[in-house]
Amino acid sequence: MKIKILLGVSTVLMLVALYMVFIFAPETESGVVQRIFYFHIPLAWIAFLAFFVVFVASIMYLWKRDIKWDAFASSSAEVGLVFTTLFLLTGSIWAKPEWGVWWTWDSRLTSSLILWLIYIAYFIIRSYISEEGQRARFSSVIGIIGFIDVPIVVITIFLWRTAHPRIEAMDPRVTATLMVSIATFTALYFLLFALRLAMKQDEDKLNRLKAFLRR
Amino acid sequence: MKAAANGLAIEVKNLTKFFDNHPALDGIDLTVEPGKTLAIFGPNGAGKTTLIKILASIMKPSAGEVFINGFDIKHNAEDVRSQIGVVSHQTFLYSNLTAYENLLFYSRMYDVADFKQRIYQVVSMVGMQLRMHDRISTLSRGMQQRLSIARCLIHKPSIILLDEPETGLDQQAISMLWGALKEDGVKKRTIVFTSHSLERGLNACDKLIILNKGKIAHLQPSKGLDLAGLEKAYGICTGAGNENAE
Amino acid sequence: MKTLNKALVIAWKDILSETRTKEIISSVLVFSILVIVIFNFAFSGSQQTMISLAPGILWVTFAFAGVLSLNRAFIQEKDDDCLEGLMMCPVGRETIYLGKMLGSLFFMLFVEAIVLPVFALLFNVNVISLPLIAITVLTTLGFVTIGTLFSALAVNTKAREMVLPILFFPIVAPIIISAVSASGMALGGESWGSISSWLGVIAAFDVIFLVVSYFVFSFVIEE
Repeated sequence: MKIKILLGVSTVLMLVALYMVFIFAPETESGVVQRIFYFHIPLAWIAFLAFFVVFVASIMYLWKRDIKWDAFASSSAEVGLVFTTLFLLTGSIWAKPEWGVWWTWDSRLTSSLILWLIYIAYFIIRSYISEEGQRARFSSVIGIIGFIDVPIVVITIFLWRTAHPRIEAMDPRVTATLMVSIATFTALYFLLFALRLAMKQDEDKLNRLKAFLRR
Repeated sequence: MKAAANGLAIEVKNLTKFFDNHPALDGIDLTVEPGKTLAIFGPNGAGKTTLIKILASIMKPSAGEVFINGFDIKHNAEDVRSQIGVVSHQTFLYSNLTAYENLLFYSRMYDVADFKQRIYQVVSMVGMQLRMHDRISTLSRGMQQRLSIARCLIHKPSIILLDEPETGLDQQAISMLWGALKEDGVKKRTIVFTSHSLERGLNACDKLIILNKGKIAHLQPSKGLDLAGLEKAYGICTGAGNENAE
Repeated sequence: MKTLNKALVIAWKDILSETRTKEIISSVLVFSILVIVIFNFAFSGSQQTMISLAPGILWVTFAFAGVLSLNRAFIQEKDDDCLEGLMMCPVGRETIYLGKMLGSLFFMLFVEAIVLPVFALLFNVNVISLPLIAITVLTTLGFVTIGTLFSALAVNTKAREMVLPILFFPIVAPIIISAVSASGMALGGESWGSISSWLGVIAAFDVIFLVVSYFVFSFVIEE
C-alpha cells in the first residue's frame, strides 16, 4: 500500500519535474547541458539523506539489537550508493563541456568520490561476513564512522580546493525547478528504499523459515 | 564487595542467545550455590561453551538475566569479571612473553595486591617454578596448560569456569587443577565445568545439568546418581541412545 | 585514572612482546624505507620539484606503513587466542581500545622517528622541524585512533588483511590531505599561523574519532 502511494507520487512528480527541467526553466549560456544541474544537485542531497538514514539506523541497531535496523541501514546505503554513483556520473558529464575534461578534482566531486569509496567499503565488508549478527554490528560501526567522516571530508576538501563554481543569484524559475527536482528525487528515494526494505524483509522471512526447517 | 542479595553464586534467568536466527541457548534457568560444583553435559553444539562465555561476561546474552555473586553481568560486568577465573582449551597466554611476564600482566590487570608473592605462589601450585622465566612458546603444551591454571587462579576468583578441562588439559594437569582449586585457601569456591566424560564429571560435581539444543533437558543433584543412571538420562535427553558420551 | 593505568599495562604488554620479536617495527621500518626509495625512482628531478613532492611522498609512506603496522595490532592477540583472555579482565572494553591504541601509537612514532631523518638525508629536504613534528604526531594519532578500531574489526572477518586498507584510507583521507598540505607549507617556510588551520582540522579529526571509537569499540569485539 505504502509502496503504491509512493509509486504514484513519484510518477506524477517525475512528469512535472521533467516538464519544468526541459521546458519551464530558462536556458543559460552553457546550453542544454546545464540542465543536468537539476539532476545533479538533488542526487547529492538524496545521497546525503540516504547516508544520514544509514547513520541513524546503525545507531538504532547497536542500541536495540533488532535486525530490522540493519535492514534499514543496508537498504538505505544501497540506494545512497546508487545515487552517489549517479552524482559522480552526472558531474562528469557536466564537467566535459564545461571544463573540457571528464573529471576534475573539484571539491564537490572529490568529496563525493571519497564518500562513494567509504560506502563501497561498507558493502565489501558486509560481503566478507557470513554471520548475520556480526555483519550487522560491523556495518553499523562503519555506518556511524563513515557518516561522521562526511563533514570532515567536505570541510577539508573545501579548504584544499578553494576554487570551485559558485551558485550565483538564481532566476526564480530555476529555483522552483530545482525545488521540484529535489522533491521528486526525495520521493524516488523513499520508493526505492521501501522496495528494497520489503525485499530484505522477505529474504529474512525466508531465511528464518530455512533455519526452522533445518532444525 | 557487595553481598549477594539471595546468597547465590550464580543465578541465570531465562537466558537466551541467538546466532543467525538460531537459538544457541533457549530460556536457561539455573542457580548455583556458593561452594558447590556444577557439571554441564551435552553433545557438541548444545550450547555449553556459549553458556560459559556468557557467564564469563565475554559474550552478551540476547535476552534474560545473569547474576554472579549478586552482580548483574549487564551493569556490573567489571565486578563480575574480577570474581571469575576461566580455564579452557585456549591458554590465554602470550607466546612471546615469559610465564612470569604473562602472570605479571594478568596480576596488574586484576589489581592483585602483593603480586610478586602471589605469582610465585600460583606458579609453585602448578609446579612450574623452574620454567618461570622461559617464553611460553618454548614450553610444551602440558606446561602451558598448567600455567593457564596458574593464570586463572592469580586473582583468587571465587567462581571458576572450566570449559572442557579434559580436552584442554592432560591427565596430570587435571589432577593438578582440582588439587589447586581446593588448596588455594579460598572458602566456598564455586566451580562450573562442562564435560564430555560423564564418568569423571559425575564424580566431581554436586549438581549436574544436561544441555541439548540450547535447553536444559535434565537437572538434578548428583547425590544418589550412579553412572548407569546418568548414561540413561543422557541418552533420553539427547535423543540418541547410541550417541554416547565420548 | 584507573582506565588509563590499565590501558598503559596493555600497551606495556604489547611493547614488551614487540621487543622480543621486533616483528612490527622492523618490517614497517624496512617497508617505509623501501617505499621512499621507490618514490625516488618514480620522481627523480631537481631539488625544487623534490621539495614540492616531498610532503606527498612522506605521507603516502606513513599511511601505508600505518596500515601495515595496525594490521598486526590484533592479529597477535588472535593468533595467541588471547583476545578473550583480555576481555575477561575486569576492565571496560574502552580500556582495551585505549591500550591497543597507545601501543600502536608508540610503534608508529618509533618508526617515524627513524624514517624522518632518513627521509631528510635521502631527499635533502629539511623535514626535521617543530611544525613537521607537530603535524606528524597529530596525524599519526588520527591514524591509530581509527586504525585500532578497524583493525579489531578486520581481524574478525574472513579476509583479515584485506579489510583494513579498504576501510582505513577513505576515512583518513581528510587528515592525509591536511597533513600533506600542512607539511608543504612547513617545508616552504610558512609561519605557524597559516599551518594552524590544517593542524586544527587534524586535531578535530583526532578528538572526534578518539571519542567515537572509544564508545563503539565494544560493539566490534563483543558478540
